[in-house]
Amino acid sequence: MQNMTRKVNIKIVKKQVRLAGFGGQGIVLAGMILGRAAVLFEGLNAVMTQSYGPEARGGACSADVLISKGRINYPRVTVPDILVLMAEEAARTYGPNTGENAFVLINEDLVKTVPGGPGLRIFKIPATSIAEKLGRVIVANIVMLGFIAGTTGIVSHESMEQAILASIPEGTEELNISAFQTGYNQGKAKVR
Amino acid sequence: MKSNTVITGTHFITGDDACAEGGIAAGCTFFAGYPITPATEVAERMSKRLPQVGGVYVQMEDELASMAAVIGASSAGARAMTSTSGPGFSLMMENIGLAVMLEVPCVIVNIMRGGPSTGLPTLVGQQDVMQARWGSHGDYEIIALSPSSPQESFELTVDAFNLADIYRVPVIILSDEIIGHMTEKVTISETEKIKIVHRKNPACGPENFVPFFPDEDGVPPMALAGDGYHVHATGLTHDEHGYPVITADAQERLVQRLVNKIRKNEEKIVRTEEYYLDDAEVIIISYGCSARTSLDVVETAHGKGMKVGFLRLITIWPFPETKIRGLASRKNVKAFVVAEINHGQVVYEVERCAAGEAETVLAGFMGGRIFEPDELYKVVQEIAN
Repeated sequence: MQNMTRKVNIKIVKKQVRLAGFGGQGIVLAGMILGRAAVLFEGLNAVMTQSYGPEARGGACSADVLISKGRINYPRVTVPDILVLMAEEAARTYGPNTGENAFVLINEDLVKTVPGGPGLRIFKIPATSIAEKLGRVIVANIVMLGFIAGTTGIVSHESMEQAILASIPEGTEELNISAFQTGYNQGKAKVR
Repeated sequence: MKSNTVITGTHFITGDDACAEGGIAAGCTFFAGYPITPATEVAERMSKRLPQVGGVYVQMEDELASMAAVIGASSAGARAMTSTSGPGFSLMMENIGLAVMLEVPCVIVNIMRGGPSTGLPTLVGQQDVMQARWGSHGDYEIIALSPSSPQESFELTVDAFNLADIYRVPVIILSDEIIGHMTEKVTISETEKIKIVHRKNPACGPENFVPFFPDEDGVPPMALAGDGYHVHATGLTHDEHGYPVITADAQERLVQRLVNKIRKNEEKIVRTEEYYLDDAEVIIISYGCSARTSLDVVETAHGKGMKVGFLRLITIWPFPETKIRGLASRKNVKAFVVAEINHGQVVYEVERCAAGEAETVLAGFMGGRIFEPDELYKVVQEIAN
């Protein structure tokens, strides 16, 4: 319609994050919140793609989030810079494929197989039991989002908190924010 | 009741949602559809959004009826759309032909999944490209646009409504499961900055109105049902008054015009995006989700000093014939590599346009996943050497 042809210059500097677990753990929602934090509150670009089985709960589930200052072309994670493992099956499937010096963040309640590799920065948190103690196991993903922000700093504390508040049902703010804050504090303590 | 018409601002939404928002921003007030993976989210969002803007969402009994309802709504003056995927797209074909014949503007979003038949409900394919062009019987031209991102899904859906009204033709958004289900940043500008072009209305009164008498551009102004203009619409070959005339002469006049109103405006309709074409010896041609991998590959190849360029097709139909013929005739251009998730569809159009002046190679597979950069790079590298 308007100008026939657009010429575009491209620059690619990106961070690749893969979140993996089983269906029902809120993996896709966690990916969504991370993407929102990057796009809506940090002014970055982000792409999220997901893969899951036909089951409503159970079954392997993963979310790939790419975050970049520039344009993102290929939308899937090739080699993760940050690998988040919420369950054992996910650890076995995705654990072997990590970049050098990648962050590997582990839900130690459910993951026994810890990936090995050169320079891996492995941090563990009992996300499931923390969530249980806070009152509801379903916020384990939010605990992990706090842990991601605390250990890697991929997005700021403020951006992640805003993104969580923008993504959760009304009336659950207190529970979610304490889950987030607990994960964040533990993350900060690990890298200090 | 009219509120939230355009959600100006930055969002993190899927391609499917962006198609729906594009429709809302374009002033769509009618959606008739039947849910089907991976296009369900378009319908779902429309079912929430249309009531907010005073529009109507109808969940129909099937895709045949959905398309018929869209034709009816548009004939009454509404901007109307539907969304579907392969199996539903097949069911819409008969009435898409009717919309072509009646010259009723409408927008059909097809989020492509792997086929044939019910195939791969949740996984990607790009196998409906020729169906979009030739799926209904008879000779006709149609417009199909292929977004490569949620942002473009928004923008092209707005454009689709404009093109449908300008040329009085069904416009197809040929998206795919990867783009439809991908969540990405979508920036929506203020209402005033979104370009809206409406269909031409009759310049004369009802007494002098000839409903299918075209202007110079081949497109007749459109009177709306209920405006007092006498309109007769039939799928039979008809004269300028809209009455059936079953003769070779009438057929020649009508069908030539239906074809030419698109074909002769190719340069106004077609849009492409180009990268590193100036000294390219090998040119990747791609669209939709495959274009994202292609862009990655062309960046890698360029970084290694290879003379590889990339032409992204935004408009697929009418085919960017002039553009590709021009590229094929350049001395430096040795080959085209067409990357598409099918057994070869756009590649045949490229081969036709290259007319023996450049080698044309298909990089394709049957669907179920996106192209990986490494596999496409290998094909390009082989051709470049």
